[in-house]
Amino acid sequence: MGQIIASIGSSALQYAAPYLYAAIGETIGQRSGLLNLGVEGMMLMGGYIAFLFVRMTGNLFLGIIGAVGIGLAFGLLTAFLNVTLKAEQGISGIGIYIFGLGLSTFLYGVTLRGAGTIDGFPDIVIPGVSSIPVLGEILTQNVLVYASFLLAPLAWYLLNRTPFGLKVRAVGQRPEAADSIGVNVNRVRYITAIIGGVLASVAGASLSIGVLNVFQQNLTSGMGFIAVALVYFGGWRIYQVLLGCLLFSTIDALKSWLQVAGVGIPSEFTLMLPYVVILIVLAAFARKRVYSPDALTKPFERGEG
Amino acid sequence: MRLRKVVTKLTGFASLIAVLAAFLLGVVILLGVGANPLQAYRALFVGAFGNLEAIINTAVKATPILFVAIGVIISFRGGVLNIGGQGQLIVGALTAVAIALAFPNCAGWLMITFCLLASFITGGIWGGIAGSLKAYFNVNEILSTIMLNYVAFLGMNYLLRGPIMDPLQKELGSYIPQTAQIPVQYFLPRFSRTPLHLGVLIVIVLAVATYIFLWRTTIGFRIRTTGENLRAARGAGINVGGYQVLSLSLAGSFAGLGGAVQVLGIYHRLFTTGSALGFTGSAGFNGIVAALFGQLHPIGAIPASFLFGALNTGGNSMQRAVQVPSALTTALSGLVVVFVVASEAIRRRHSRKAQRDEVS
Repeated sequence: MGQIIASIGSSALQYAAPYLYAAIGETIGQRSGLLNLGVEGMMLMGGYIAFLFVRMTGNLFLGIIGAVGIGLAFGLLTAFLNVTLKAEQGISGIGIYIFGLGLSTFLYGVTLRGAGTIDGFPDIVIPGVSSIPVLGEILTQNVLVYASFLLAPLAWYLLNRTPFGLKVRAVGQRPEAADSIGVNVNRVRYITAIIGGVLASVAGASLSIGVLNVFQQNLTSGMGFIAVALVYFGGWRIYQVLLGCLLFSTIDALKSWLQVAGVGIPSEFTLMLPYVVILIVLAAFARKRVYSPDALTKPFERGEG
Repeated sequence: MRLRKVVTKLTGFASLIAVLAAFLLGVVILLGVGANPLQAYRALFVGAFGNLEAIINTAVKATPILFVAIGVIISFRGGVLNIGGQGQLIVGALTAVAIALAFPNCAGWLMITFCLLASFITGGIWGGIAGSLKAYFNVNEILSTIMLNYVAFLGMNYLLRGPIMDPLQKELGSYIPQTAQIPVQYFLPRFSRTPLHLGVLIVIVLAVATYIFLWRTTIGFRIRTTGENLRAARGAGINVGGYQVLSLSLAGSFAGLGGAVQVLGIYHRLFTTGSALGFTGSAGFNGIVAALFGQLHPIGAIPASFLFGALNTGGNSMQRAVQVPSALTTALSGLVVVFVVASEAIRRRHSRKAQRDEVS
């Protein structure tokens, strides 16, 4: 029993990392009024590049650098589309998703087909803690996982305790008011879009070189979209989003455990679990959305005269 | 001033420019992986349009895309974004194959009609789930339709591995996840000996009918009003929630019909490839792309779907000819969406500027 709890708990924390990076980046973006639906595509590209670099050089750090780079590029692209061109955010996001899905599949086919696994980030053994039974095993994780949990308080601090965070919230709530006191609305949104792009891409990397240590076509299978949904679920508050991430990483962990344990349930139903749960959860919590950023998906247009 | 008008006119061709831009970026990608772009694109073009057979194949591939696109157009016009084509195709196909296999001894035309109607209804229910979640629970329909895609796909895999697996597969012990072939009299009629089936004609008629529905009927008008200005629609006494559900239901219905036509017209059974796209190719996504590319107009969607059908057939020949994965065409589709959205935004900005200039 202890063994089961340890293994489920440990993989639940692991799976939380990709959700956390993606959902926190999305939260920051949405708080500034930008809906980024391309997260899934960015995760796939980040996951691909990170895996490719590690595979070629064996250097995990380079993998992360690669993911950050590709995330920067995709973040800039979404910012240009949604902020500068004021494109319809739902559609541009789907375009970026399809592009990322196609390009990562294509490049994978050209460069990595049948590449197998790599040695991803190793677990960090914490003296004293790691030797505790069960709990020690759960808490012994790699650096990408620890960093993802550190990101939550950091993002909270950024949004709620810094001048920049205040600007982000103002821009997402009342862009005209923010503009009238001299906040550069579009610049703030460019920055949040780029943060979102980088974090989404790192989320993919955390999956391909931190958790699964493989890359394949459509590796993320909807995790990016679930991350977007978790922002709604968490009511745009970092700690509630964190809770949502933990809920879904636990579901993912249970899912893999059920498959391995070979209980009588057909695997399709266990695989279906996260998608069904997110639908129910969204429906159940939607009414309580007290705090939706007013300017979400609305491009900013400075009034004349 | 005059220049600006020219720019506004030019962006009328924006869709074509978007495709050109996507293909240009495709050249960069192909060069990046060391493939010859000229050779690749020639293979793509010849594979899609090279001879009559290729053109017919393209038309057949375009059919499910157009079914999905028609639905996507109705939903987008109604102000709801249906990304659920994939799942709705699957639900329609499952319905058709299950009914056709359950009643093997009926008259062909009767059963074909019945299968099509039933898949229209089940697809509509599947789309309606997302519609109801949107209208009554305030759940973002983009997310819910995407989640429902996964649910439909996994549900199909379950059914194909168990309850509706071809009994022969079980007997032989090969367990390929597919159904038995449907009775021959239920096959959609084909034009002479080509793979061109009745579904191609049906979908074109439906595209025209959808145009009439959206622009010449009261219900269509209300759908469009709901999409264009939710507040005004509500003020005018339109039951906007109901029309959102209707738009997504109809979107599901047309995609479901598309799934049934794939089964009755081409495959004559249902199978899964194990990839996340199932049997649908990428029609679920390409339908969205084609709808946008066709300016959200049912008639415009006809050539648009043909184009993306071409990308589909051509992509396969390209893969064979220059050994690059056909997923490149998926990436190109994504780029087309991005460019269409961008050009649309630019066009809007120019027309606004032009308006302001005329006022001042």
